[in-house]
Amino acid sequence: MHDLNDFRLETRDWLENHCPQSMRTPVVEDKEKYCGGRRSSYYSDDQRAWVESMISKGWVAPTWPCEYGGGGLSKEQEQVLKEELSAIKARSPIFSSMGLSMIGPAILEFGSEKLKREHLPKMIRGEIRWCQGYSEPNSGSDLAGLQTRAEDFGDHFIVNGQKVWTSSADKSDWMFCLVRTDFESGKHYGISLVLFDMESTGVTVRPIKLISGASPFCETYLDNVKVEKNQVVGEINKGWTIAKYLLTHERQNIGDIGNVARRQTLSEEAVDLLGLRDGQLSDSGLRTEIAEWEIDYECHQLTMERVNLEIKSSGVGNTSAMLKYYGTELNKRRHELEMSIHGGAALGWGEDSIARPWLRSKGNSIEGGTSEIQLNIISKRILGLG
Amino acid sequence: MELLLNQEESMVKDSAIEFLNTHAGPSLHRELRDGNSSRGYSNSLWGQMIDLGWPAVLVSEDYGGLGFSHVAMGQISEQVGSFLASSPLFASSILGVSAIEHSGTEQQKKDLLPPIAAGELFLTLAIDEAPRHNPELVNCKAEKSGSDYLLSGVKHYVVDGHISDNLIVSAKTSNNQVTKNSTTLFIVPTTSEGIKITRVPMVDSRNSSTVVLEDVLIGEHQILGGIGNGHNVLSIILDIANTHLAAELLGISIESFRRTLSYLKERKQFGVNIGSFQALQHRAATLWSEIELCKSIVLKALRSLDDPSLSTPRLASSAKAKTCKIAALATNEAVQMHGGIGMTDEFDIGFFLKRARVAQLLFGDQRYHTKRFSELSGF
Repeated sequence: MHDLNDFRLETRDWLENHCPQSMRTPVVEDKEKYCGGRRSSYYSDDQRAWVESMISKGWVAPTWPCEYGGGGLSKEQEQVLKEELSAIKARSPIFSSMGLSMIGPAILEFGSEKLKREHLPKMIRGEIRWCQGYSEPNSGSDLAGLQTRAEDFGDHFIVNGQKVWTSSADKSDWMFCLVRTDFESGKHYGISLVLFDMESTGVTVRPIKLISGASPFCETYLDNVKVEKNQVVGEINKGWTIAKYLLTHERQNIGDIGNVARRQTLSEEAVDLLGLRDGQLSDSGLRTEIAEWEIDYECHQLTMERVNLEIKSSGVGNTSAMLKYYGTELNKRRHELEMSIHGGAALGWGEDSIARPWLRSKGNSIEGGTSEIQLNIISKRILGLG
Repeated sequence: MELLLNQEESMVKDSAIEFLNTHAGPSLHRELRDGNSSRGYSNSLWGQMIDLGWPAVLVSEDYGGLGFSHVAMGQISEQVGSFLASSPLFASSILGVSAIEHSGTEQQKKDLLPPIAAGELFLTLAIDEAPRHNPELVNCKAEKSGSDYLLSGVKHYVVDGHISDNLIVSAKTSNNQVTKNSTTLFIVPTTSEGIKITRVPMVDSRNSSTVVLEDVLIGEHQILGGIGNGHNVLSIILDIANTHLAAELLGISIESFRRTLSYLKERKQFGVNIGSFQALQHRAATLWSEIELCKSIVLKALRSLDDPSLSTPRLASSAKAKTCKIAALATNEAVQMHGGIGMTDEFDIGFFLKRARVAQLLFGDQRYHTKRFSELSGF
């Protein structure tokens, strides 16, 4: 306990010296986010200094072993670090890194020593940005039905197929990709998780324009792409286990989706725009709906906290599907209410548009497994209904 | 850890489950209902609750109690919901004790707390006058008569009124239009001259009464929490009441869902378990998720009753609003998914629907507490 307290004081001191003031303010626009990768650049000198300090300390991957460039911290120390970072409202040094949050932990858990040494340090240093090749045009909810073929050519595979909804594929350097390596066995068997460079011959990326006007996702065409066999994570044909592990990870990240730094709560926003009459929001219908939403939001936040504590204390946790389902539905409700609060003023298409994030939120309950799939998972795995 | 039970709290929960599982449940409830029990609870169950020290849980050690936390008591409240266990525990050992502990004079504490802790004296709250909860609506009057007061008025929905020894009654002590400063609480012995208490049978077959007061003579020493301070004291007691009712509603939800889930696994139609139909699976999964959310807010609200650093009112209203909504959903879905048998009196699931409805309405339903949440949040 004493050590942990020392660590907290040292951390606080270090952050005080290394986190510039401008990196302690909420991010306003996406372009201020550093995401790493070959094509990335820094938005400001402060950002460069902050990112480089965190990287050299290994704190972008706090619990990864030092030998790969990680921070080598214990779970408890990581918690302290998180608390200290959030106390000064420090920005994340590397945003939405699929390397750090998804494939990195999978390589640590299932990958060979070669893969660890090759890939982990570059993720930590922000040199390589990763994207996820999961969904296909004919495999959305039914992910295990994927058809991308990887044919065995001795020391390598030749991959042919198409991936879709690949987040930021056009800005990424490497892909972790689910492919079929055995065409005879049942659909959950015969899947492998492979890694390849997006600059490989035969990889074509096309951004998909969404209803929000933005293109955060791409289609990725794979045409005779050569993948070395030593770039398979875990065993060949056993990739579904790792895929499920990663999906659980992804669900946890999406479940927390509504929890971003905001200047105002929903009710404050409503009071500002609609005004009070006798201390009550002038629109009584909206007042009720906002209050119900805020109560549910509080309940969801507390549940995430409670579940994390339970997992820490007993090691048991089967709630990621529920948190993903509830968190994304809640976020959609938030955006619907925000549109109603702003009324006609929300319908514009400008830079600070409210309509864009509203439209974007519709994807929350589709990506990473639809709400209906989450309810299936809860029914089957938790409630035992079959 | 705010959102985990500590060892003492877990022990209370485990022993409550073990005890009520053997000694209470729907069949005892049915027996009481069909036997037209005049007291409305089982004397032998209450005797065993006394042996376990339950009436003493919230009473501080100075007055012969155990001095346990609200979180610990809340575990009992939750199980009382799951096992439909009627007893004087809620009215007397939670409402009565909290009111006296919080606002009683030294003399009142000495007189009342030890016998309540021993399960020998019953107290309850008599505050509502209209069909929908509204503590600010007070027509009951306390007129000054020398150094005493004369109390007149009618109170409805008084839990355990007809078995209580004392009532805590809210009454107007001035003609000030602002209810907040004109209400005072009085401790009124039910043996006083001028009191008429009538038990009113309700859908949950538990104890509810109407109390008529006609020029009931009250001494100054029976004022609780000071003249004109009734509203302030009451809001604290009601937060405690609603948090424990939220715990009870959580227990009702969990148990209704547990029964429904096992029915989905055993009832066959079209040659398969009805639980294999996605239309029912998704409703079950949604309900399960909602109940998980209720667990968190109930625990947090209970915690706030013990921890002065956490502000209670918004949490109490959040917990009551949420559990009212979900208990209504859980019990309605329970009847619907049980189908025809769920409509029969012979089957137990209906008891949960009926009790939930009363617990929802008592001291404010979902609409009341959602509105209160808005007010407390400044909109």
